[in-house]
Amino acid sequence: MIEINNLTKLYGSFKAVDNLSLTIDKGTVYGFVGANGAGKTTTFNMIATLLQPTSGDVVIAGKSIVNESHEVRKKIGYMPDFFGVYDQLKANEYLNFFGTSYQMTQAEIAKQIPVVLNLVNLIDKRYDYVDDLSRGMKQRLCLARTLMHDPEVLILDEPASGLDPRARVELRDVLISLKKMGKTIIISSHILPELAEICDEIGVLDNGKLIASGNIASIQQQLSADKTLIIQLISEVDHQETIQFFKEQQLSVERQANGQLHVHFTGSEQQQQQLLLEALRANLPIIGFMEDKKNLEDVFMAITKGGKLDERTE
Amino acid sequence: MRGLNNPVLGKELKLRFRSFKSFSALLFYLLTLLIFVVGFFLIVTNFEGSGFIKPEINVILFTILTFVQLALILFITPGLTAGEISGEREKQTLNILLTTAQTNWQIIFGKLMSSISYIVLLLFAGLPITSIVFIFGGVSPKEYLLSYTFMIITMVTLASVGILFSTLLRKTVISMISTYGVMLFLTVFSAFFAFVAFSYSEISGTLIENNKPFVHFWLSMNPIVLMATIIYPSNTDLVKEVTNINWPTWASYLIIYTIITIVSLAIATAKIRVKMTK
Repeated sequence: MIEINNLTKLYGSFKAVDNLSLTIDKGTVYGFVGANGAGKTTTFNMIATLLQPTSGDVVIAGKSIVNESHEVRKKIGYMPDFFGVYDQLKANEYLNFFGTSYQMTQAEIAKQIPVVLNLVNLIDKRYDYVDDLSRGMKQRLCLARTLMHDPEVLILDEPASGLDPRARVELRDVLISLKKMGKTIIISSHILPELAEICDEIGVLDNGKLIASGNIASIQQQLSADKTLIIQLISEVDHQETIQFFKEQQLSVERQANGQLHVHFTGSEQQQQQLLLEALRANLPIIGFMEDKKNLEDVFMAITKGGKLDERTE
Repeated sequence: MRGLNNPVLGKELKLRFRSFKSFSALLFYLLTLLIFVVGFFLIVTNFEGSGFIKPEINVILFTILTFVQLALILFITPGLTAGEISGEREKQTLNILLTTAQTNWQIIFGKLMSSISYIVLLLFAGLPITSIVFIFGGVSPKEYLLSYTFMIITMVTLASVGILFSTLLRKTVISMISTYGVMLFLTVFSAFFAFVAFSYSEISGTLIENNKPFVHFWLSMNPIVLMATIIYPSNTDLVKEVTNINWPTWASYLIIYTIITIVSLAIATAKIRVKMTK
C-alpha cells in the first residue's frame, strides 16, 4: 500500500530524513517513534505532498508523490500536528467544505457526514460552531474531516498532542475503530504506550534514519539486548553468597532494600536459562527470578540517548 | 451554496458574511458616500437645503463620488486580499487545504472571487447613492458605466497582486505592506515617473511633436488619470497633446492591468503548492 523508497530530505547540509526505505502493507497501523527533530514531521509532510523530497519517492496505492501528487491527495487523509479550524463554520459545514474539496456530490456528502461524525462521537455537535468545540472535539472533528472522502491511507501526525487523558482515550478508541475498518494508518506520537496499543508495527527514527522497524515485540528485542534480572531472595538470609555468585559470572549486581537483587545481564534467552539453572544448582536462597520488562518508552529513551519526549521543537 | 462549484469560494463567502467586520465595513462605505453627497448638497445650496443644481455642478458631484469610490477601492482591496493565503498559513489551515484534491487554480480563484465579490457588493450597495447624479443631468450613463467598469478592473488587478503577495510571503502584515506599496506605485509613483519622463524629454531636447511613449506608459497605468479622462473626456486630448501619441489611455490601462492580473495569478497559482517533481 505504501512504499517509501530511499526518501531523503536535505536542508543545506543537514539531513532531516536520511535514505528512508519502508513498506507498509494495506490495513497496517504503522507508528513512527522518534525524539524531536528525528524527522517524523518532515517524513509526513513529504508523504502528504506538502514538501518536495530531495531524492527518493513514496508510492501510495500505486501513485507516486513526486509524479502523481494530485492523485495521491485523493487517496490520503492528512491530519497535521498543529492545525487550525474555520471557527465560524458549523461542524457539518466544515465537513461539507472538505467534502466538496474532494469533488464529492451533495448527496454523497449528506450521506457521509453522519457516518464520520458518529465514528468520532460528535453527531450531537453537528450544528455547533467549530469555535464552541473543546480542543479534543476539534481534534476528533479534524479526524472526521480526514475521513470524509473515505481515503485508503490516513496520515496522522501527533494526533493526541495537547489532549487531556480523557480526550486521549477517546481519540485512541476512534483510532482502534479505524483500524478495525481496515484503514492503512501512519501515525506518530510521543505517547508511546498508546502507540503500542494501536500499532501493528512501529519504526524508530533517530536523526532522520530509520534505526528499527517491525512489530512491538521484535523492536524491543532488537533494541534491548541488555536486560535487568530481578532476583527475589529469602528474607533474613545472608545475601553475600548470592552476590558473590553473580559477580563470579562477570555480572554487575545491585542490592535493593526489599530483599531483591538487580542483575544486569546481556545474552540470549538460552543463556538466561543457563544462569538460572546454575544458580539453583548452587543452592542459593532464590525464590523469584524474572526479567524486568522494559516498556516501549524505556527502550525509546535508551536508543535515542535520553532525548526529551515532551518538548515540541520539530 | 455550491459557490460556482468552487469549495473555497463557497466557504469564504459564508465566513465573510458571518463576520461583523463585513457589515461594519459596508456601513462605513455607505456612510462615507452619504456624507460626501449630503455635504455636497449643503455646500452648493449654502446650507439652505434649496436652490438650483446646474448640470456642470452635478459633474463635480459625480467626480467627487467617483474618486471617493476609487480611493475606497484602492484602500479596501489590499486589506481584503493580502491576507487571503498568508492568513490561512497563519491560522494553520493552509496545509490541510493543500492536501485536498482541489487544484491550485481552484484555491486561488476561490480566494480571488470571494474578495472581489465583497467589493462588488460594496459598489452595488452604493448604487442608490451614486445614481443620484442622474437626477440633475450633465452625466451620461456611458460615463457612469465606464467609471464602474474601470473601478472593477482596477480592483481585480489590485486583488490579484494582493493574492500574489499573500501566496509568496509568509506574513500577512508584510504581504499587506507590499500590496499597498503596489497601490501607491500605481497611483502616486506612476504620476511622478510620468512627470520625470516628460521633464527628461524636455531637457534632452525631444521635439514637442515627437512621441513620448514613456510618458504615455506611466500616465496610462495611473487610475486617477484614467478616471479624469473618463469623467472629463477633454482630458484625453490633453494626454494626447502631452504625449503626442494618438492611442486611448483606457486601452493602454486595460492592457497593462490585464497583464499585471494574469502574471500575478499565474505566479500565485504556480507557487501556492510546492512542486513535487524535480
